[in-house]
This record gives sequence, structure tokens and C-alpha cells, in this order.
Amino acid sequence: EKTKTSIFDKISRVIVGKSKVDEEVLDELEEILISSDVGVETTVKIIRRIEARVERDKYTSVEELDRILREEAAALLAENNSQDVENSYETDHLPKPYVLLVVGVNGVGKTTTIGKLAYQFHKRGKKVVLGAADTFRAAAVDQLKLWGQRVGVTVVDHGMNTDPSSVAFDAVKKGMELEADIIIIDTAGRLHTKVNLMNELGKIKRVVQKFLPEAPHEVMLVLDGSTGQNAVIQAREFTKVTEINSLAITKLDGTAKGGVVIGISDEFKIPVKYIGVGEKMDDLQVFNKMEFVDSLFKK
Amino acid sequence: MFENLSDKLNKAIKTLKGQGRISDINVAATVKEVRRALMDADVNYKVAKDVTDRVREKAIDRKVMIAVEPGQLFVKIVQEELMELMGGQAQSINLKGSPAVVLIAGLQGSGKTTFSGKFASYLKKQGRQVLLVACDVYRPAAITQLQVLGEQIGVEVFAEPDNKNAVDIAKNALAYAKTKGKSVVIVDTAGRLAVDEVMMKEVEEIKKTVSPSEILFVVDSMTGQDAVNTAKTFNERLDFDGVVLTKLDGDSRGGAALSIKAVVNKPIKFISTGEKMDALDIFYPDRMASRILGMGDVISLVEKA
Ligand SMILES: Nc1nc2c(ncn2[C@@H]2O[C@H](COP(=O)(O)OP(=O)(O)OP(=O)(O)O)[C@@H](O)[C@H]2O)c(=O)[nH]1
Ligand SMILES: Nc1nc2c(ncn2[C@@H]2O[C@H](COP(=O)(O)OP(=O)(O)OP(=O)(O)O)[C@@H](O)[C@H]2O)c(=O)[nH]1
Ligand SMILES: [Mg+2]
Ligand SMILES: [Mg+2]
Repeated sequence: EKTKTSIFDKISRVIVGKSKVDEEVLDELEEILISSDVGVETTVKIIRRIEARVERDKYTSVEELDRILREEAAALLAENNSQDVENSYETDHLPKPYVLLVVGVNGVGKTTTIGKLAYQFHKRGKKVVLGAADTFRAAAVDQLKLWGQRVGVTVVDHGMNTDPSSVAFDAVKKGMELEADIIIIDTAGRLHTKVNLMNELGKIKRVVQKFLPEAPHEVMLVLDGSTGQNAVIQAREFTKVTEINSLAITKLDGTAKGGVVIGISDEFKIPVKYIGVGEKMDDLQVFNKMEFVDSLFKK
Repeated sequence: MFENLSDKLNKAIKTLKGQGRISDINVAATVKEVRRALMDADVNYKVAKDVTDRVREKAIDRKVMIAVEPGQLFVKIVQEELMELMGGQAQSINLKGSPAVVLIAGLQGSGKTTFSGKFASYLKKQGRQVLLVACDVYRPAAITQLQVLGEQIGVEVFAEPDNKNAVDIAKNALAYAKTKGKSVVIVDTAGRLAVDEVMMKEVEEIKKTVSPSEILFVVDSMTGQDAVNTAKTFNERLDFDGVVLTKLDGDSRGGAALSIKAVVNKPIKFISTGEKMDALDIFYPDRMASRILGMGDVISLVEKA
């Protein structure tokens, strides 16, 4: 475990003996926020808010500044996202079967997150069906099937290089037959700049809806926690082609902070539901706003 | 957002000029604008600071304040600075040894396996006898993935699906390559985080066992501020020879490229621009500089037209 200097320590060092938030303190704050991928625009916004609050409330101590900073960051996460998602693995209140479509750019962790989700639902006695609709990436179907075996859930596949929408269709059909609680559909990674691939998502949706009109009930965008400002564009572009209802942020077990989520929350009303913290089956956590903000300010 | 960086800079300078302030302040404000553009492109905070500090000096030296188009001159200075940082000519790969061993390493999902396939195909086209080695014993279907790619490009893949020891596999693969008279061995490894001590030890062990002539660090061009930490640690542990920047077919600014170069000073050797096996390119520093600055990959576009 490496030593962790909190923002608190850093700020203390800067403002000892000073009575107002000066340029130096603000620079320090800027560095911390930018270095966590919060992004320039959102950082400026947070700093403005802090300046305004300090002006108004006349902060007196480092503790207070630290608290204000956390509050402002959390506020940005909260403004658009209301509550942290509770009972994330409860399906009783959901339509049955509940169809979850998982999307995102290449290599972010879609398939792994699906494996982990399947494990969580299965563990709670829910019936899970997975659909291997990434028929493009080499061995993508095998990868999902291995996850299915590992967790002990059904995987519907048509092999490689087949039509992803018909896999999705069959997965939903199979899920209905098996009276599944939740059907999770894996899709191929696609960069949001590729128009054809983005349109394919619309097709998958339409085909599934022929069978179950209200499906998919949820479309989850997976973001890699080490991604920088491009994640904002990913959120924007995926939102354009298909309504995104939730986010999962992966690979937060590394040193990346995933701060770009704050910027995304500032722009979109999409709640973060899960965070990935490793490659194993149980390395998935339900997102907690305050914990996330705290980890952002640890160095 | 940054397409008009030059306009923005012009405006910043003019506003201040109008107020009749001294030139140092005008330059400072404009420099701040550049710094923001760099950070928005995911250039590391500290690297962006260093770059803009040097830009400020040059701008003052070259009397940017009295230029007709101060914004344009500013952008030019920035671009020169970025290009200098990014390094001159495209650099070659060292394939000494019989067989020569190339070790591929990097974070999870960065594009190692895909690049391994592309690189194998590239070398095969040069008439070399290539062996791909599947040393990712962790990720489900990682071995199959490499095998599928190997089949696509017609390159043999060495794998031991029942062996959970990546170091052993690498060793066996090298012995096998020798008996088969292969000229290049490409070792694909599992993705690993820089903070994962066990996994970092493993890749060090693989390196020791196969003595690569070339170690390539594969990094996703969408990576944010953390790119420097990762690159630094991988470099400390492996002393890699070059960087492969992937997923440049997207619209990320790719500021990570600049950060990594500035921090570990290793050349970027290849760029990956798609999922298909032929989507591999050599790296051009000037294009990357423009891309980071957000002026569009003008040169590439012109060439394609
Ligand atoms: N450390 C860490 N690695 C992760 C996490 N989630 C996924 N990974 C790894 O990231 C890599 C890519 O994960 P996948 O699940 O294959 O990603 P994907 O989005 O399905 O990739 P494509 O289908 O190729 O677009 C794998 O090596 C995973 O083991 C996480 O939370 N932490
Ligand atoms: N668009 C695009 N996708 C890429 C590129 N390089 C790799 N990919 C995709 O990114 C995803 C991850 O690539 P892999 O080669 O599996 O990455 P990896 O580093 O081997 O992943 P792990 O072994 O899980 O750590 C796959 O979906 C690839 O098809 C690229 O240059 N452009
Ligand atoms: Mg996948
Ligand atoms: Mg791989």
C-alpha cells in the first residue's frame, strides 16, 4: 500500500497562515481536480462555486475548505443523479424478464462487467440469461460463454460472425421461455465515431422490441475509469443513438480516479450504478457517491 | 471545441491589447488558454504546465505581441514545441537475435492482443517466419482470441491451454521457435495494472526468461491523466523500447501520447487505427501534434483525398 496524501494535507500546506483562498490554493485545487480527469470546464465550475461560497460564508479553516470542496464535487454528481441506486440486484420490482443491453467502446470491460453482474444476480437466486451479441471481436462469444460457465448461467449464442440482433432476439426469447428474471445482452465494442456500428445498436433494439415491445428496459454504457475527456464524448454520442439509462465505471482498482464521471454527471442525467474494481467475479461494487468523491481526493 | 484555438488565442491577445496592459500579462493569459486546451486533450497537468512555460518564453522571444496574427504565431510556436517533444523521425523496431523476441505489455483492454496480431501480419508480409505466443493465462478466452487472429493472418500461435504459468509458456515457446527456425517471436501478455505487484513481477520474469530485443508498451489513446503513472511504472519495471498508441481511429485527442513521451522519453513506434488486422500505421509526430491541438488531422485528410 502506497502512502496516501489527502487533499487535506496538501491544502493545509498551502494555506497555513493565510486568511483567504488565494491563487496558490486555487491552483492546488485545480491540479487535484484536473489530475483526476475531472476536466477543465468542470474544474473551473467547481472552483467558481468554491470561491463564491468562501466569499459568502468566510471559511476559516482547512477542514472547512476540504469539506466545501467535497460537497461541491458531490453536488455535481448529485444534481443530475438524485439518489445512489439502492437494491441494485433486486429484481422483484422490475418487469420480468428485465432486459439489459450493455454497450460501450472497445475494451472498456463490457463482457467482464456482464459476467460480474450475472454472478451477483445469480448469487441472489435470480435467473439470468446472457446473450452473446458480440459476434465480431475474436473469441468474444467464447469469452462470454466461459463467464456463463464460471457463474453457472445460460448463455445464448449463434457463434461468431452472425447477426447480433438475431442473437439478442433469441436471448430474449430464451429468457422468456426459461422465465428469467434478467437477460443481459453483450455487444461488440464500437467507437462512437463509427456510424454503421452505432446504427447497429438501433437495429438490435428494434429487433428485440419485435418480441418484447418494452425491451430493452435498460441500456448501460460502460466507461473505462482510466479514460480521459473522451468519455464525455462517448456518453454524448451513445446517448444520441440509444437512450442510456445507467453507467458502469470499470478499472477503478488502478490509480486512475475516474473523475471524468463528474463532468459527465454535470452534462447528462445518467446515474452511475456500478464500479469495476478488478477482474474477478466479485470485483463489482454498487456506486456510492460520497465514497467516490472521497477517493477522488486521495493522492 | 478546439478547432478554433487560434481564434481563441487571437481574441485573448486582442482583448488584453485593447486594455493597454504590458505584454507579459497578455502572453500569460494566452498561455493559460493553451494550457487548458492541452489539458482538455488529456495532456497531463504537469506536462502541460512545462510545455506552456516554454511556450511563454518563446512567445516573448519572438515578439508575439506585435505580430499581425498573434494567435496563429502562437499556435505555430505551440505546435513546434509539441513536435519537438514528440520526437523526430519514426523509429524502427529492433529485431536482433535468432529468433528476435518482441514482448507486448500494457493495461487491460489497451489493445495488446489485437496489436500482436497486426504486428505479426506486418512482419509476415516482410517475409519473416513469425510465431505468436499466448501468455495471457487469466482472461477468459484470451488464448482463443489470439488463435483466431493467428488463423486469420496465417501465423502460427504457440499456446499451452492447460499451463497456468506464463513464464513457463514463454520459455517453452522460445525453445519451440528455435527448433522451427522462426525469425521473430511475439509474446502477447495479459493486461495488468501498474500497481499489481504480482502481475508486474510476472512480466519482469517473462522478460528475464526470453530476453526480448524489443519491448512495446501498448496504450489506449483515450487514456486520461493517469497515463503518466502507468507508463512510468511499466518503464521502471521493464525499461520498454517503444510505445504503441491504439484506437486512434476514434476522436480522442490523444494527449496521453505527449505525456508519456515527456515522462519516460521513449518513442512512439506504431499507431493502431482499427480492429482489423491491417489497421496498423507508423507514427508521425507532426500529425499527433496537430491532433492534440485539435486542428484536425489535416495532413491525413489531404493525403486521403
Ligand atoms: N483491473 C481491472 N480490469 C478489468 C476490469 N473490468 C474489466 N477488466 C479487464 O479489461 C479487459 C477488457 O475487458 P472486457 O470485458 O473484455 O472488455 P469489453 O468491453 O467487453 O471489450 P470488447 O468486447 O473487446 O470491446 C479484460 O482484460 C478484463 O479482465 C476492472 O474493473 N478492473
Ligand atoms: N477501434 C479500435 N479498436 C481496437 C484497436 N485496437 C484494439 N481494438 C479493440 O479493443 C478491444 C481490446 O483489444 P485487445 O487486443 O483484446 O486488448 P488487450 O490489451 O489484449 O486486452 P486484455 O488482454 O484483456 O488486457 C477489442 O475490442 C479490439 O478489437 C484500434 O486500434 N481501434
Ligand atoms: Mg466484450
Ligand atoms: Mg489480450
